[in-house]
Amino acid sequence: MDQEPAVRTEALTRVFEPKKKKEGSTVRALESVDLRIEQGELFGILGPNGAGKTTLLKILSTLLLPTSGKAYVAGLDVETQFNAVRQRINMVSGGEISGYGLLTVKENLWMFSQFYGIKSKVALQRIDDMLGEFGLLDKKDAKVRTLSTGQRQKMNVIRGFVTDPDIIFLDEPTLGLDVNASRVIRTYILDWLKDHPKKTVVLTTHYMAEADELCDRIAIIDNGRILACDSPERLKKMVRMNTTLSMDVTRLKDTAVFKTFPGVESFTFTEDGEKGLTKLRFVMRDESGVSDIVSAVLGQGSRIESLQKTEPTLEDVFIKMVGKGLE
Amino acid sequence: MTDGWVIKNLRAIKGRAYPRVIGAIREPSWVFFEVVLPLFTVAAFAYVYQFMDAREELIGYVVLGGAMTAFWLNVLWSMAAQFYWEKETGNLQLYMIAPTSRMSILAGMALGGMLSTTVNAASTLVIGAFIFNIAFDVVDPLMLIAIFLATMVALYGMGMMFASLYMLFGREAHHLSNLLTDPVYLASGFYFPVKFLGAAVAAGASVIPITLGLDALRQLFFTAGAEDAFLSLEAELALLVGLCALFMVLAHYSLRYMEYLGKATGRLTLRWQ
Repeated sequence: MDQEPAVRTEALTRVFEPKKKKEGSTVRALESVDLRIEQGELFGILGPNGAGKTTLLKILSTLLLPTSGKAYVAGLDVETQFNAVRQRINMVSGGEISGYGLLTVKENLWMFSQFYGIKSKVALQRIDDMLGEFGLLDKKDAKVRTLSTGQRQKMNVIRGFVTDPDIIFLDEPTLGLDVNASRVIRTYILDWLKDHPKKTVVLTTHYMAEADELCDRIAIIDNGRILACDSPERLKKMVRMNTTLSMDVTRLKDTAVFKTFPGVESFTFTEDGEKGLTKLRFVMRDESGVSDIVSAVLGQGSRIESLQKTEPTLEDVFIKMVGKGLE
Repeated sequence: MTDGWVIKNLRAIKGRAYPRVIGAIREPSWVFFEVVLPLFTVAAFAYVYQFMDAREELIGYVVLGGAMTAFWLNVLWSMAAQFYWEKETGNLQLYMIAPTSRMSILAGMALGGMLSTTVNAASTLVIGAFIFNIAFDVVDPLMLIAIFLATMVALYGMGMMFASLYMLFGREAHHLSNLLTDPVYLASGFYFPVKFLGAAVAAGASVIPITLGLDALRQLFFTAGAEDAFLSLEAELALLVGLCALFMVLAHYSLRYMEYLGKATGRLTLRWQ
């Protein structure tokens, strides 16, 4: 018999109506989303701002009702069985300022654990253990308002995991954090899943590298629609059939011309002001167009500093699907 | 063996009461707002009564009313408007996804607020009594405890109901709390016997539990209080117990409805909507 998926949605749609007509138009945040996330998966949802990632997570975490369609978490309907769903889940958002600044880190975490009915002794032991794993043990008696952004977000992540949920929803958990704090959080998530193979993590992120490093599967979402859903490797294979070309050139006068260049599927560029270079990246149907691109660059009086054919990244997949990169 | 529903909800109540109680200890500046400021208003009324050579117990009523303002302010700003702040900080969504009764979260807020405010109110009462040389004459301590407890439960039950009604409010929560501050001081007779407003106004104001509570406390603290009473102690106790039940039931249903409405409209969490 098939095991019950951790999350299942069927034609899930969410529409936001403005309170007053003059305040704007209807927003279709989710449009007929079908998803199946298996138990034990680390599932990523990747999309630009306003794509519908947070809306999806809020429906799954029982904070928002769907306009139409169905969503099941641990086999339970989020609309009608929300109390039972809540016993199985937790949620952490990036940039959260939850809790009370005048409480200590330990007190704050204990307080939230009490809403899950965990015995104080058990909760305090778990909190101590997790503070150690996150390198926050020396801050356990510090007031929350004295914590740095990274320390605070680590505390938030502990809050989510301390209740030992079956399914945890992480909404951009490393948003705005430095490399070290992000690494600690990512390592913890991976270790937690290794130690608890039946548990599930659903993660939204802006960061391609994070999604690539962490996720078993990724759904790319834009304008409320799932554009692709597969493992990072398979997603990359989809663009591997194309040729990915990277080129560093001295500053170009006109980059717009490459967007509609024959044979180019997608094109992005960044300016390196310090070195005075323009970094071009092309995903092309085949290699036949390379010489035309080179001619066009040279034709603008620009010099090619480097040129290489590269392996596609998740970003290439994203650009191909969404038509633009993540800023 | 797993803990039962009651134990889990008691833990939730304790958890939510904790920051209220500890906050009162860690933020001594609140003492100024909740103990010292009411004394200024008390002093203003007390000096007017002294200047008029009014009955001594009227100054006692003012001190008692001044002490009880702490509870009304606590209910308006730290219960009713609290979910507005909680939404701003992201706590509300965490309360909502927690597998506990929302009423336990509110009860924790109420209990914590009640405990910390009782200390402040008692301080105002003692300091006021000392400054204005008030003599209390408590003849029935058991009734005093019963009335005080019934007033608190009914008042904070009302606060719980307001909290759920305010849940989806934005900044209008402030305006409503402001609107309910001074008119209630007048209608509930914080600084004078409510009987003097007439039976109709006193009866209407009795929907606010502090009206009946204050009227009963005046009777219990001062021998002349019975002459100024709106209703008998027994009637007031019975009405307060009724209000306890009424507000708890209303809080439960309004909370359930507002949660549903918040989930349907997206106003539990989405600040831009």
